[in-house]
Amino acid sequence: MYSLKVKLWGRAGDRGPLFNAIIYILLISLGFVYLYPILDMFVTSLMTLPDLLDASVKWIPNTVTMDNYKEAMSIMNVKGTLWSTISAALFPALAQCVVCALTGYGLARYNVPFKKLIMALILATFILPPYVLMVPNYVMFSDYKLIGTLKTLIYPALFGQGTKSAIFILIFMQFFRQTPKALDEAARVDGAGDLKIFFRIAIPLAVPAFVICFLFSFVWYWNDTYFTALYLNGNNIADTSHLSTMLLELQNFDAMFKAHVQSNAGWGASVMGESVANEAIKMAATVTTVLPLLILYFILQKNFVRGIDRTGITGE
Amino acid sequence: MGLAFVSPWIAGFFIFFLYPFITSIVFSLSNVHITAKGRKMDFVGIANFTDIFTKDAYFVDRLVYFFKEMLINLPLILVFSLLIAILLNQSIKFKGLFRTVFFLPIIVVSGPVLKMLMDSGSTTIPLIEQYGIYGLIESSVPAFLQEPITNMLSELLLILWYSGVPTLIFLAGLQKIDVSLYEASYMDGASSWVAFWKIVLPSMRGMILINSIYITVFLATSELSEVIILIRQYMLDASKGFGISSAMAWVYSVCILLVIGICYLLFGRERKAVRHV
Repeated sequence: MYSLKVKLWGRAGDRGPLFNAIIYILLISLGFVYLYPILDMFVTSLMTLPDLLDASVKWIPNTVTMDNYKEAMSIMNVKGTLWSTISAALFPALAQCVVCALTGYGLARYNVPFKKLIMALILATFILPPYVLMVPNYVMFSDYKLIGTLKTLIYPALFGQGTKSAIFILIFMQFFRQTPKALDEAARVDGAGDLKIFFRIAIPLAVPAFVICFLFSFVWYWNDTYFTALYLNGNNIADTSHLSTMLLELQNFDAMFKAHVQSNAGWGASVMGESVANEAIKMAATVTTVLPLLILYFILQKNFVRGIDRTGITGE
Repeated sequence: MGLAFVSPWIAGFFIFFLYPFITSIVFSLSNVHITAKGRKMDFVGIANFTDIFTKDAYFVDRLVYFFKEMLINLPLILVFSLLIAILLNQSIKFKGLFRTVFFLPIIVVSGPVLKMLMDSGSTTIPLIEQYGIYGLIESSVPAFLQEPITNMLSELLLILWYSGVPTLIFLAGLQKIDVSLYEASYMDGASSWVAFWKIVLPSMRGMILINSIYITVFLATSELSEVIILIRQYMLDASKGFGISSAMAWVYSVCILLVIGICYLLFGRERKAVRHV
């Protein structure tokens, strides 16, 4: 009996088939649970109205349609907002990467005065919820007439105070600590200055850290609607006529849909009562906002997963 | 020279952190009017704070509800992300594939997207409703936690999705555990189960602290938090204004800092763990 148990379950450090099976079953079922909403979203977004109403159609639509996407894209004005969405994420993310790399490098490689204090302050900027700073920042931006421009997002990032900058500084610091100092010294003997060492030696070695930081930063800026709405649209956060991002459009999708139906069907539409977008169109809209991120993730996925091993992301 | 590298951050700290930080305190203690000539501030002491607690109809309710929810979600996310990290850290086939799947939610989680998915019902596990679990909760859970728990179940997938970054952090921590520790314990006849409690969990202490802080900050800044929506709404509402909303932001932040403090007391007292921060 005992030996049977050992055979199936395995010994410590040497897994038996039963133990293995449990691990894979857990991984696969949890993986399915993770992916379920995404799969559901994709499938629903391709459905036609009859399929949507038919309870027997769950996973495989009878007819696949792209009309939902067409409609969702015109409602969200993707043509107009795509570039502003990208730039509202790309430029702050780039600025943030550069500045956090500089700060992390400085703290990791030099004896900066008050280093402990600076570290403590960096942590403070992470822990203190940004809502405390939101009102004064808003006032400051409006004093300088910056509300409604991307500068409201770029400037703080450029000074290391963007979304969750503290995390990126810590990642870079950790990374630069791990890279060997011998290279620096060799370069210094050859007459390279501090800047040259940073650009020629530190940065090329830090590519994995840059990938991780850029990806996270981009994603977090892309997905933010709270500050984006406030800083880009000012007083009227529901008014997305100025500068808008796809996520903001998604947030106001119901209102946008109503306006769209009314402008297409004339005032007759309002007589028919509330016009609400059906599930398929909503899901198509959601997929549209997520898709660029998914593409980015799959392109960088190899670097990302490998980078996690190498950056020592959590620090010691 | 090192200072030159850090100086942009230092400048940013003064402009975008320290200055607003002080202004925010001043705002929270004053009545801010917007007039044609500009802003006018009257010092009112702690009147804004007493107003929040005595006059406002929504804030306290939402705040209490938010922290009740956090009481349930925080431990769940911690346990869940540790479980996934341990699974991913086993020697398994298709490691890269599994990692890609489990880190995917990091990319997708955002306020509007989650809201859409919640509305469409993709975030519920259908089984929960079928097996009458809600009835069970009503009969066995203290009343004040019932609503957060049923809510939690209906949004169970969200909690799993929030586990993305914590899983990442745990995984990095697990990889740092010295393999010889396991081997030594197996030599002494310890099972994997014992090794988990005696080796893995103690060495994860610092990571648990980091994660609990991360999750707290994450939940607090999530766009699904009703409290922050209220703060922004009041801020843009002329009758409430900057004073009240700054005061609210402070109350909210102090509560969050208290939660972080509690996490620190629970997981961070050892010297080694302190170093991890």
